[in-house]
Amino acid sequence: MKPLLTTKGLSRNFGGLRAVDGVDFALMPGEIRAIIGPNGAGKTTFVSLLSGRIRPSSGMIVFDGADITAMPAYKRVRLGVAYTFQITSVFANLTAFDNVALPVQRTLTDGRSKGQVRSGVMAALERTGLADRAGTLAAHLSYGHQRLLEVAMGLALKPRLLILDEPTQGLADGEIDNFITLVREIAKDATVLLIEHNMPVVMQLANRITVFNSGKILAEGTPGEIRAHTQVQDAYLGATHG
Amino acid sequence: MRDASPATTYALHIGVIALLFALNFVLPDYHQGLFARIMALAVFAMGYNLLFGYVGLLSLGHAMFFSAGLYGAGLTVYHLGWGVPEAFIAGIACGALLALVIGLLALRTSGVAFMIVTMMFAQVFYLLILYFAAWTGGDQGLVIQQASRVVSIGAASFDLTDPTVRYMSALALFAVVLLITLAIVRSRFGRVLVAIRENEERTKMLGYDTVANKLVAVVASGAICAASGAAYALLFGYVGSSFASIQYSILPLLWVLLGGAATTLGPLIGTLFMYYVTDITSGFTSAYLLIVGVALILLVLFFPKGVLGSIRERWLGWLP
Ligand SMILES: Nc1ncnc2c1ncn2[C@@H]1O[C@H](COP(=O)(O)OP(=O)(O)OP(=O)(O)O)[C@@H](O)[C@H]1O
Ligand SMILES: [Mg+2]
Repeated sequence: MKPLLTTKGLSRNFGGLRAVDGVDFALMPGEIRAIIGPNGAGKTTFVSLLSGRIRPSSGMIVFDGADITAMPAYKRVRLGVAYTFQITSVFANLTAFDNVALPVQRTLTDGRSKGQVRSGVMAALERTGLADRAGTLAAHLSYGHQRLLEVAMGLALKPRLLILDEPTQGLADGEIDNFITLVREIAKDATVLLIEHNMPVVMQLANRITVFNSGKILAEGTPGEIRAHTQVQDAYLGATHG
Repeated sequence: MRDASPATTYALHIGVIALLFALNFVLPDYHQGLFARIMALAVFAMGYNLLFGYVGLLSLGHAMFFSAGLYGAGLTVYHLGWGVPEAFIAGIACGALLALVIGLLALRTSGVAFMIVTMMFAQVFYLLILYFAAWTGGDQGLVIQQASRVVSIGAASFDLTDPTVRYMSALALFAVVLLITLAIVRSRFGRVLVAIRENEERTKMLGYDTVANKLVAVVASGAICAASGAAYALLFGYVGSSFASIQYSILPLLWVLLGGAATTLGPLIGTLFMYYVTDITSGFTSAYLLIVGVALILLVLFFPKGVLGSIRERWLGWLP
């Protein structure tokens, strides 16, 4: 099987800081991959490079066999790369319905889905448990619901690769259980790349885990392998969740 | 937009149009003339609102789109002897073309830079009108004779200098543009425009080419403002450089702010309000601009979102 996404020597500097430093990475279709690592390890910067939100200083990104390194973000989205933000950035002054209608109508225009905007929106809201909040302004939703709305918007893009940046941050325990079920369902027809600090979530969901530290990949393997990895324990598990 | 059945929304807008229609028959002559002018200029405000209210792009140069329509229609009648319908279309085409060129250049910037760039282009446009005084009449302007302002459709002919014909023509344009604006803001495209205003980066990450969408909005806005200018030239028979001055770039901003940015009917209310406050106060004092200024400040203090914007916020959440 060919990887869905690969990067070669992918780097991004901020001034003198090497936030992402020569990363070689490959993601197989259909997998749920978790990225973990301490604060400031470069996880968000790395996935921002994949989504096109920021430009790399050097290196290359290949998605589904095509070099997308120089492709603007909006075109990557149309190819099926969806990104949900670490810092919730739903449209606060629009209703939950309108927030999700934007990605739904995009896929309709691109011919990647069929039907009515309304039914597409309600389907995405139902999957995330927000159907009864359709008419509520996003600003008036609880924080947890805003996180879910962010996921609903990503889902509604019909992604082939869904990048979730710390989706469970701020969710209550009950909401996290629902979220795990949701991601498993999403993964039936999309590849999921998940940045996550909550280790139980990572261990339950991920097929493989990539550990970032100082802009580089420190380790990669199955959840069992990563748990046994002593360097990882020093760099991350011990340090932030000791 | 929340919980509005489309029927309520359309009924409201049709109702406003019907009310304006009925006013033609009850207004005294002087006010009938004023209303015709207000409706023609409200179209200018609606065009401005499309860009400023819905997309969030603050232009300080929309006088150039209005006067592109004004001169596009006026000069083709005056120099080429074109008929009213052809001249009207020529005016709109001039505005749309100008907006396309300005949009391609100015949309490289945003925020304050966009304000300054649009203002500079409008100033260039203004100076060009003065420079080519041989054709434009310079700051004296040109008067379009009554004979050139008659529309013949089959056997019938309409004299645009006739108060009722003029009123109804202004109303027809106003109604068409109002319904077009309503259709735009309720459409998928309208939803994208609002998303760009709210958070352009996020909109890109949902797969939208935001620059292309903004360009379409600039052209639509420019074309609507030009339609207003073209109608103004043909209905009131005067084409002059003052309409291209900075004052006419700021006026639509004030009208829209007063009536309520990003509301479909706000531009009409703002234009109406400003015209009448100016008209009434200038009747009994020469310091009327001071009173207009005070009225504006009070409105902004108590209705920061404009008349309709505040009403929508407090009572009628469904207003488009
Ligand atoms: N736009 C930016 N300008 C300058 N420095 C930045 C910028 N974005 C990130 N950085 C820096 O790059 C490094 C990596 O940041 P990044 O946000 O990618 O980390 P992260 O792994 O996502 O951390 P966290 O777990 O806290 O979200 C940090 O040192 C951060 O301060
Ligand atoms: Mg991060």
